[in-house]
Amino acid sequence: MRRELLKFLFFAVLILAAPLVFSGGYLMNVLVFVGINTMLAVALNLLLGYAGQISLGHAGFFGIGAYLSGILTATYGWNAWLAMPLAALVVGTLAGLIGFPILKLKGHYLAMATLGLGIIIYIVFNETVDLTGGPSGLSGIPNLSIGSLVFDNDFKNYYLIWTFGLAVVLFCVNLAGSRVGRALRAVNDSEVAARVMGVNARILKVQVFALSAVISSLAGSLYAHTMTFVSPASFGFNFSVELLTMVVIGGLGSVYGSFLGAALLTLLPELLRGAQDYDIIIYGGLLMSMVMFMPGGLVRGLPELFRRVARRREGAGNA
Amino acid sequence: MLEVSGITRIFGGVTALDDVSFTIGQGSVTGVIGPNGAGKTTLFNIITGIYNRTSGSVKLGGKDITGLPPERLARLGMVRTFQNIELFGAMTVLENVMVGLHTKSSSGLLACSLMMPWSIAEERRIREAAMHWLEFTGITGLADDTAGNLSFGKGRLLEIARALAVEPRIILMDEPAAGLNSQETLGLAQLIGKIRGMGITVVLVEHDMELVMDVCDRIVVLNLGKKLAEGTPREIQENAEVIAAYLGDG
Repeated sequence: MRRELLKFLFFAVLILAAPLVFSGGYLMNVLVFVGINTMLAVALNLLLGYAGQISLGHAGFFGIGAYLSGILTATYGWNAWLAMPLAALVVGTLAGLIGFPILKLKGHYLAMATLGLGIIIYIVFNETVDLTGGPSGLSGIPNLSIGSLVFDNDFKNYYLIWTFGLAVVLFCVNLAGSRVGRALRAVNDSEVAARVMGVNARILKVQVFALSAVISSLAGSLYAHTMTFVSPASFGFNFSVELLTMVVIGGLGSVYGSFLGAALLTLLPELLRGAQDYDIIIYGGLLMSMVMFMPGGLVRGLPELFRRVARRREGAGNA
Repeated sequence: MLEVSGITRIFGGVTALDDVSFTIGQGSVTGVIGPNGAGKTTLFNIITGIYNRTSGSVKLGGKDITGLPPERLARLGMVRTFQNIELFGAMTVLENVMVGLHTKSSSGLLACSLMMPWSIAEERRIREAAMHWLEFTGITGLADDTAGNLSFGKGRLLEIARALAVEPRIILMDEPAAGLNSQETLGLAQLIGKIRGMGITVVLVEHDMELVMDVCDRIVVLNLGKKLAEGTPREIQENAEVIAAYLGDG
């Protein structure tokens, strides 16, 4: 437990110090998105990596959080700090209600059901024009503020988002190492044995599904207030798949792996911008080779790679 | 302790179990034997809430437990092991046993995530209790190994340690000696003796006759889904019908 705490402190210092190195410019903006995506990937990893339950609808929960915060503040003039927890509560309840019947399904069937859920939510965003502004989006969402401090630039937003991001990471690291985290992994490894040990697999899956949705909703609210504009395109099926890719590339069942996956998939398109139209080919190729050669994800694959390189160097030195 | 009455299970048109009844006394060791296809594992799956029965009932300590799911049965003090070992393969040996303490702990999702003082204290208690059960089954040295990498014999011991961590009143073992060498089977017999010494009722489905005759007080014989005989090991060994069933033709 102490080791986990040290690991987290190291991570937190790294995150909080990053702006000193990368301050200013476009990169800060990208790093804000790394923060939002980290929250989303960590949330999805709880479900996919720990409990072993897939969701292809998480962009939907992210979107509901963003839209609820956006509509309540921009249209109805609510306080943003009030809208955010309310949105999370609504999304959590919704996920709980939907999770109860659909988490009975396994594997491909669960994937199809959550895919359907995501698509329905996306259609609602597009069609309820009076509320959401439809395909052209919802604008005029206020920035978050505390007293006279308004989070209106990338630097301030970085610290805002990552305060939440670090809290989510710590929350999930604690959960993973606890009695409940063990029960989740047990359900993933052998559901029948977990049940024989007294784990109520059904309730546990619904709980984690709801928790995962709540964190996604929180990320959505923060996204809305950072961007001050939301449109359905950000919450479609593509984004659900991208989140899934972050989790798998980063490493299933590793909270820090989800950060690595989120960071890589958020930064990569920016880095490949110079490659113009070829970027999508390089991007696809990288993902394919990563899954082939690092099946455990970056969090397990990178240390292994370093070890191998170090060994080779040692070998070369001796020769 | 355990009363099985009139259990019948029909799969499609096949009657896997036909009106099976028997009673198991508190603190005893009972063996359920029979040729392949006799319905032993089906019976176990019905008692432990994995399958549903077509008709009949099961009582535990006088309480009707028919059709209750396994997670409820664990809280009532019934636990089982599996023929093909169902471990949590990606977890360590110690963590496997810690899952066994699930019903003996109560910290919820939020308390765990927020690291409340009581959940930290509980976690320490879980770890200590789990270590005790590793010691009891003699696999303390493997605590940090990944469960999926264990040999079959060690895996079996871990499965029993994990089941004991539930602090059951009754433990059902589905072919615990399957895949074990003679040395390991001997150790298993001693372990069953120790478990019974704690006052836990033991029921086993087993093919290893030597083990069954050695450790069991009573034996129930199934054949083609029906109860063929019931009695002490000596009575069973001398029962003409049982001998006929095992030798193939009556």
